[in-house]
Amino acid sequence: MAEHPEISVLTPYARSLGIKLAKWDGDTPVMRVDFVEAVEGRPEHYHGGATGGLLETAGYAALRALLAQRDREAVLKPINITVQYLSAGKSRETYASGRVTKLGRRSANITVEAWQDNPDRPIATAVMNVLMA
Amino acid sequence: MTETAKFDPRAATPVLTSRGHSGWLGLAYSDHGEDWVELTLPWRTDLLGEDGQQVLASGPIMSLMDMASGLAIWKKMDRFEPIATLDLRVDYVRPAREGASVYGRSQCYRLTRSAAFVRGLAHDGDVDDPVAHIQGVFMKIGGADTREVPNG
Repeated sequence: MAEHPEISVLTPYARSLGIKLAKWDGDTPVMRVDFVEAVEGRPEHYHGGATGGLLETAGYAALRALLAQRDREAVLKPINITVQYLSAGKSRETYASGRVTKLGRRSANITVEAWQDNPDRPIATAVMNVLMA
Repeated sequence: MTETAKFDPRAATPVLTSRGHSGWLGLAYSDHGEDWVELTLPWRTDLLGEDGQQVLASGPIMSLMDMASGLAIWKKMDRFEPIATLDLRVDYVRPAREGASVYGRSQCYRLTRSAAFVRGLAHDGDVDDPVAHIQGVFMKIGGADTREVPNG
């Protein structure tokens, strides 16, 4: 079994929304949120903001995991995020994981995907830039 | 001759934010114009972005802007019908001040038969000193939204 860094991948906001670390896929943390009222937008569907929050949380988690592997410490600050909503988030659990596309000295570029039944059919994707102070 | 507007963001917001994600965040009506709506997101310590730092997470700002955008679109349409976010970009230009409510103002600047284009900003008291800028596209999705909105 692979050793995974002891990292805090959940912000107070993420914990409050009910996001959990579901598992590790290799070196990448996979986040999960259940369909509870706090994520619901139009009836029986995810709110775009909740899906966005899950994507963002998975993006930060991927970056924290990579920084921990490299023994780097940083305070992370959001620069921006662009979310593409591909299909409606239905009333079941949703997963998300990110990939650090570019790790620079001061900023990182991360791509993130969220899915429900099938990881090959994402319901939303995001690209985000994060400042490392 | 002016026709009476049917979709009233002031009346619809409490209904739409009474439960679900918007209710959880505590979003509330602030102001509106012909094609824009402003909502508020109250300060809450369980919405912080990092343990030990009094900075609001970015996720709730995205939700605030998504919801304000939806209301701006319904205001511009002058009716309530199902829409879904297609694309949303948020630039976080500075952190929100500790303890401050955040206001999200979004404008629907173009409506076509199938798409609605929005732009907006989030601020924490001074609209001329924003904390975030957004741009997005929503799609009409057909079907029914079962939520009952006054004069929807």
